[in-house]
Amino acid sequence: MTGATQGRRKRGRLERPAVIALAIIGALMLISGVLVGLAYSGRTGEQIGGKFALIDDDGKPFTDTELKGKWHLVFFGYTHCPDICPTALNDLSLALNQLGAKKQEIGIVFISVDPDRDTPAVLKSYVESFGGPITGLTGTPQEVAEAAKDYHVYYAKHPTEGGGYDMDHSAAIYIMDPLGRFTGTFGPDDTPDTMVARLRRLLG
Amino acid sequence: MPRNLFSLATALVFALFAGVAMAQSGSVQIKEAWARATPGGTQTGAAYVTLQSVTGDRLTGASTPVAKMAELHSMTMDNGVMKMRQVDGIDLPAGQVVSLKPDGYHIMLMNLAQPLKEGQTFPLTLTFAKAGPENVTVTVEKVGSMGPGNQGGGMNMPGMNMPMHH
Repeated sequence: MTGATQGRRKRGRLERPAVIALAIIGALMLISGVLVGLAYSGRTGEQIGGKFALIDDDGKPFTDTELKGKWHLVFFGYTHCPDICPTALNDLSLALNQLGAKKQEIGIVFISVDPDRDTPAVLKSYVESFGGPITGLTGTPQEVAEAAKDYHVYYAKHPTEGGGYDMDHSAAIYIMDPLGRFTGTFGPDDTPDTMVARLRRLLG
Repeated sequence: MPRNLFSLATALVFALFAGVAMAQSGSVQIKEAWARATPGGTQTGAAYVTLQSVTGDRLTGASTPVAKMAELHSMTMDNGVMKMRQVDGIDLPAGQVVSLKPDGYHIMLMNLAQPLKEGQTFPLTLTFAKAGPENVTVTVEKVGSMGPGNQGGGMNMPGMNMPMHH
C-alpha cells in the first residue's frame, strides 16, 4: 500500500509527456509479453495463422491458400541454425515417415526468419536433406514479418562477435487443419513418438 | 558365493575405469565426440562432446580445420523463444560428467569449408583452462541426429528415444 502511494506521489511530480511515454512503454511491454505467451502456449481464442504471400524453394509464389486441402505443420526457423531447426525438421520428418499412407495428408512448411541469407535455392537444398515433405518459404523481410505476425512468431537478429549473427525465434510448430485453421502446437517437449500419436488422433 | 561374484564384478569395473582413465592424455576425459551432418545450403554445423574432469576444469574454446570458426554456444528456450548465445566457457565440476548435446550447449562450427557428411570424421581441438589443448576425433552422424550412434530424434530427451529404423 505504502509503495503504491509513493508511486502515485512520484508520478504526480513527473511531466505529462513522461507519464504518457511510460504508459505507452508499459502497454507495449504488456502486448509483446502476451503475444510471446500466446505464440508459445497455443492455447488461445485469438486467431493463429492468416494471410501471407511468400515464395517457395522453387522461387514460385506461395500464399496461405496453399495450406488448404491438407494438414500442415508450420515451423519458423533459419538454415544457419545448427541445433533446434534441424532437430525440429528431423523430428517432423521421422514422425511423418511413421504414418504410412496418412503421410500424404500432411505437409511441412518451413518459413525462414532470415530471408537475407535464405534464398529459395539455399532453402531447397536445406529442406531436401531431411527426407520429409518439407516446403521452404522465404520472401522480402516485410513479407516474412507479416507471416510471422500472423502466427504470433517472435524473431530478432542477434549479432555475434565474429561479425555474423544468429536469430532468436519462437520454436513452436503450428498444426493447421485442412481448412487452414490453427489446431494446436508441438513444442520442445514433443518427440517423434508423441507427434505420431497426436497426428494419428487428429487425422482419425 | 554371490559376494565373491560381486567383488569380482567390482574389480572388473574398477579395472575398466582405470583403463579408460589411463588412455586419456590429460586430466579431462573426452568421450563421444560427434557432430551432425549439415543439411544442404548451410555452412553452419554443431559438434557435441561428453567431458569429465577428475579435478575440475573449464572448457574455454575449440578449433577445427574444417571450420573457419568454432565457438562455444548455449541454446536456451525463453518463453518459447529459442536463443543461442556464445559463452566464454563451460565449467567442468570435479568428477561430474558434462555433456554438450542438442538443446543444450554445442560447439558451433561456422563457415564450414565443406558440408559435414554422415560417416566422415574430423579433428577437433578443445582448450581447457587447466589441461590445455586436447585433440579429439569427431564422427559425423545423420542430419538432426540426437546423439552418437545415430540416435533417431526427439526435441527434449536426447538419448531416451529409441533409434528409429524403417
